[in-house]
Amino acid sequence: MNNSFWAPVFLSLQTATIALIIVVILGIVFARWMTAKQFKGKTIIETLLLLPLVLPPTVVGFLLIILFGRNSIIGSIIETILGYPIMFTWSAAVIAASVVAFPMMYQSAKTGFLSVDKGAEEAARVDGASEWRVFLYITLPLSLKALIAGVILSFARALGEFGATLMFAGNLPGKTQTIPTAIYVAFESGNMEAAWAWVIVIVIISFLMLLATRFLQS
Amino acid sequence: MKLKQISTIFLFLFLLAALISCGKSQNQGDETISLTISAAASLNEALSEIKTIYESDHKGIELLLNFGGSGSLQQQITQGAPVDLFFSAAEDRYNQLVDEGLIDSTYSTDLLGNQLVLITPKQSNVNIEKLQDLLTSDVRQIAIGIPETVPAGMYAQQTLKQLGLWEKLSEKIIPSKDVRQVLSYVETNNVDAGIVYKSDALSSNKVNNVMIIAAELHDPIIYPVGIVDGTKNQEEAVKFFKFLQSDDAIKIFQKYGFNIVGKNNE
Repeated sequence: MNNSFWAPVFLSLQTATIALIIVVILGIVFARWMTAKQFKGKTIIETLLLLPLVLPPTVVGFLLIILFGRNSIIGSIIETILGYPIMFTWSAAVIAASVVAFPMMYQSAKTGFLSVDKGAEEAARVDGASEWRVFLYITLPLSLKALIAGVILSFARALGEFGATLMFAGNLPGKTQTIPTAIYVAFESGNMEAAWAWVIVIVIISFLMLLATRFLQS
Repeated sequence: MKLKQISTIFLFLFLLAALISCGKSQNQGDETISLTISAAASLNEALSEIKTIYESDHKGIELLLNFGGSGSLQQQITQGAPVDLFFSAAEDRYNQLVDEGLIDSTYSTDLLGNQLVLITPKQSNVNIEKLQDLLTSDVRQIAIGIPETVPAGMYAQQTLKQLGLWEKLSEKIIPSKDVRQVLSYVETNNVDAGIVYKSDALSSNKVNNVMIIAAELHDPIIYPVGIVDGTKNQEEAVKFFKFLQSDDAIKIFQKYGFNIVGKNNE
């Protein structure tokens, strides 16, 4: 297969991987924070964190353009720092993928942390472990299954992101064109062979990832 | 507790079902005939106005306008989408359907023409007066339609190639999914320039209409329209097809910046 076939595949995998790293860190941090602390307006914050899960991709794309576009404050600060606007760059694709994948990781991590036996955490505390050590040596290892499920689901979601990416990162071959956008263009331009090839690639990847989560659960 | 939750869910579903059935029975009351028209994104304003006029003059007819890139609309029809009329911004896409026998050649005509224009954001302070100015380093990003799927993008690419600018500008090009997306990227100042149809540029007050691109730099821009073969509403489709060529419709198209080609294949 030639380069024009592989470019979107590698780009998708790269984008999804970087998004995954961001999402895993943020997801665990927020899940830990939300399970450990009680404060006013917690439900509101939590709902906001989960919102990208149910919002249409076009809304996410729209909001990202409003938030990071040239007319926004954030957008113009970024442009001053980087020297170029963030829209239509590879970073934009990573941001879009991260936003939609975040709730997956957050939700899984939270479920994992809540399922950990409180007695085990308490026992460690009684033995003099700091909160940080309790989290690192007790809570994290005991919720590993849920965390791995979160990783797989977030990666799959990041890999499949289409709508917000197309709006916010554009469709630049070799720069921001991921498998989903490549399929869209290939289909519309009547290039069914290429569309089929990418469809097969993404179906196989998604199938294997979902299969992995099933094995984890059993 | 459990019972209460379950009954809440059922109540919600029941209300939803009630709402849906309400909507349905209303539709069944007056027997409206729906015509589905797949039309190029650039025809949005003009056809929406025509829809309002046509529907008020023809009770019982409902026009469903499906706007998109001509490439994707053509693909949908090839794959069997239930469409009554196809109004394309690209002759080659349209002709593919004619060749496949999916357009009734009796009711098919090259109706409209359009021009390409170079536009810039009103808010921008980058000085662009002609296509060659796009080479300056101040211009970072130029939006055009994806040349493979969007006719306006294809014409823009032909123009830039003709002028020997395409290779030099390739790093700056933002290929967009349709001509409306080009327009909104320019309107929101997220690109420095864009190439759209004259009719699109006229519809926006947030862009500068820098220049009209000479017609000899690209293939002729023709909007063919025709009835999709095998429509279930042949009679109504023919009526609307004829209306599109009437003086009333032509006046509206002209108002939105189209020119009339009017070469009839009948």
